[in-house]
Amino acid sequence: MSTATIAKPQAKQPGKGGRRFSLPVLLLIIAGALILTSIVRLITGADGITSTGQMSTALRAAVPIGLAGLGGLWAERAGVVNIGLEGMMILGTWFGAWAGYQWGPWTGVVVGILGGCLGAVLHAVATVTFNVNHIVSGVAINILALGITRYLSKFTFADTSEGSAKQSPPIDSLGNFDIPGLSSWLNTLNEKHWFLISDIAGLVGGLVTNLSPLTVIAVALVPATWWVLWRTAFGLRLRSCGENPVAAESLGVNVYKYKYLAVIISGGFAGLGGAFLSIVASNVYLDGQTGGRGYIGLASMIFGNWMPGGLALGAGLFGYTDSLNLRGGATNVHALILLLGFLLVAGAGYLVWKKRYVPAGITAAVAALMFVWYATTDQVPTQLVGASPYIVTLLVLSLSAQHLRMPKADGLPYRKGQGK
Amino acid sequence: MKKFDKERVLLAVAGPVMALVAAILLTSVVLLASGKNPIEPYHLMLQQLGYSDVQVLIINQASMYYIAALAVALGFRMNLFNIGVDGQYRLGAVMTAVVGAHVALPAALQVPLLLLVAILTGAFWAGIAGVLKVTRGVSEVVATIMLNAIATSLILYLTQTNTWGVQVGNNMTTGIMKKSGWIPGIDLGADTGEVYGLVFLAVIMGVLYWLVLNRTRFGFDLRATGESETAAAASGVDAKRMTLTAMLISGGVAGLAGLPLLLGDSHTYSLTFPEGLGFTAIGIALLGRNNPGGIALAALLWAFLDKASPALDYATPVAYEKEIATIMQGLIVFAVVISYEVVRTWGLRRQQSRVGAELAAAARNNSEKKEVAA
Repeated sequence: MSTATIAKPQAKQPGKGGRRFSLPVLLLIIAGALILTSIVRLITGADGITSTGQMSTALRAAVPIGLAGLGGLWAERAGVVNIGLEGMMILGTWFGAWAGYQWGPWTGVVVGILGGCLGAVLHAVATVTFNVNHIVSGVAINILALGITRYLSKFTFADTSEGSAKQSPPIDSLGNFDIPGLSSWLNTLNEKHWFLISDIAGLVGGLVTNLSPLTVIAVALVPATWWVLWRTAFGLRLRSCGENPVAAESLGVNVYKYKYLAVIISGGFAGLGGAFLSIVASNVYLDGQTGGRGYIGLASMIFGNWMPGGLALGAGLFGYTDSLNLRGGATNVHALILLLGFLLVAGAGYLVWKKRYVPAGITAAVAALMFVWYATTDQVPTQLVGASPYIVTLLVLSLSAQHLRMPKADGLPYRKGQGK
Repeated sequence: MKKFDKERVLLAVAGPVMALVAAILLTSVVLLASGKNPIEPYHLMLQQLGYSDVQVLIINQASMYYIAALAVALGFRMNLFNIGVDGQYRLGAVMTAVVGAHVALPAALQVPLLLLVAILTGAFWAGIAGVLKVTRGVSEVVATIMLNAIATSLILYLTQTNTWGVQVGNNMTTGIMKKSGWIPGIDLGADTGEVYGLVFLAVIMGVLYWLVLNRTRFGFDLRATGESETAAAASGVDAKRMTLTAMLISGGVAGLAGLPLLLGDSHTYSLTFPEGLGFTAIGIALLGRNNPGGIALAALLWAFLDKASPALDYATPVAYEKEIATIMQGLIVFAVVISYEVVRTWGLRRQQSRVGAELAAAARNNSEKKEVAA
């Protein structure tokens, strides 16, 4: 679903024609990456890197990150930076679990969303009405959410028979399902370990196996967000508040209203992500369950250049590295060093073609280092696996920060009538 | 020329006072809503202030908060958000602990070496974000958030047994540091405990912070760049260099934040070393309005809430939840930022109307050669 959205032409960038990938080019890149991955898998024998189980775990890990990222997208498109996503997610995990164990998981999902919205209202009041610095308000929400949930846990979960002050009683499952036929067929195909075919089967198989209904909803929210923000009048007005609120105001848009709505929707997404963590990813609320996913969601949004498709790609990447960690992937990550080496060689080739010889040389040198690293070691420290998504984000940002374009008035204060 | 401006002082004090009152009221609302006595917890916590061992705990904790908050405040003065203080402080502490455990010099050399290691480590980690911001335009907020997470992984790696870790029971540590690097505290008796020796470092750094920012050319340039980058550039300040320098100094200061505890008490970095200090420091720097005196008060208040609240759990006849203190801290930050903004706009409006009135008066009797004092 991400390919279609990423290819959509967006605001023209002065002087930088052809920066966007067209759909065929993008498909070619994806196909190339798959072929490379497949070659690496055959060389290293690390079948785990594209197994159905790996992909399924990756999807599960990517959903909360992607939801947080979508939350960040909604807020930032309206010009409000939302570092408080982490806190809103914490509220989502707690409220989701609190309602979930008493009145069933679906109620938990709804209440989790409301919990996130609650934090968002606070953020909106501070940033929109009182013009407080957005990051400061976000940090405050993160502190506050932690305190509130810990305090409330002592009153609620600590008194139940199966819960404690740090853990809620178990919540009923929302149920899991496979796409009948397709899932098992792809799984057998994946286990044949054929070149390319098994890898594609693993990738697609992961997307249709062991699904939670909430996963399907979350994935559908990516194109839905794109459609609402880029194809409706409501979305246009909302985005205009993030690009140029004074101009929007002059056209009769109630900027405060749109900013409030955007931030509250943003909190709802973060809350849904939190509820996913406590209801689907595990079946209890745990203290510290979010583990910084709100921040990572924000990073995936920036990684995706404030676009839903790129965001989904970023969340997928984070989810994949997360799943490598969860499934004890030290050897798999070792295989990925080789893949990284190949990718760098391809990048160097591209740079040579573009006649940028110095960066090409550096890239080639780094690629050589990767091959040496691969050849001289058997394993990668597990801690590196944990850090890899953050390192990748930093690298991507440092290579492309100048090409990224955030909403023009993002994070800036706005007063009604300031343009007069 | 520098007159004592009553109005300015009033405005400066009104913000924090309003915020504290609002935060206390809101916390009482939370207590009432959960069916508890809304006043008793404050009373219980204030009682704790009377015990000398709690006083020592508060001062020790406040010294760490203070240093970390100075690091945040330095960035703030320059309009930089160093959210990475947490990572810089933890990494600084780890490296200091490792060096301290493997190098044995006489104390006169060992202590400066350890301080230098902490400063350099913190500065290096913040410098990555600084370089990325200056050369590649990466937002320092995102870069430091990523660096915090990377620091967590790096520390896990460094404390493994096959790197520099030493396992003690269930806890991974970096081994006990050599005695020459320990900094003796002020022993106040067996029941009271020790005030960390490096509490004085915190005080010195506060004085230095004030001196550098308010009495040097560098400090002036830094504040000017924070106020308006273009104006500073027009007066010949290299904003990029300023950004990088501010980030490096902020990181260096952050690197020192863990040392009072490390050199004064624990003498090893373990997984139980406090986390999240950097985020707390953001709240403290805000509450203290980036002013060294204000930050000191804020750090003491925060440390008081931290150290006096555990007693709530054991209070008789009715126990309270100590988490109420965390809620209060969050509410304080919120109330502080909102009240500052309110007070600021209120002050601006007052100033505007005053200037307006003066101008109108001047216009009325423009025949007289009266000076307009703005």
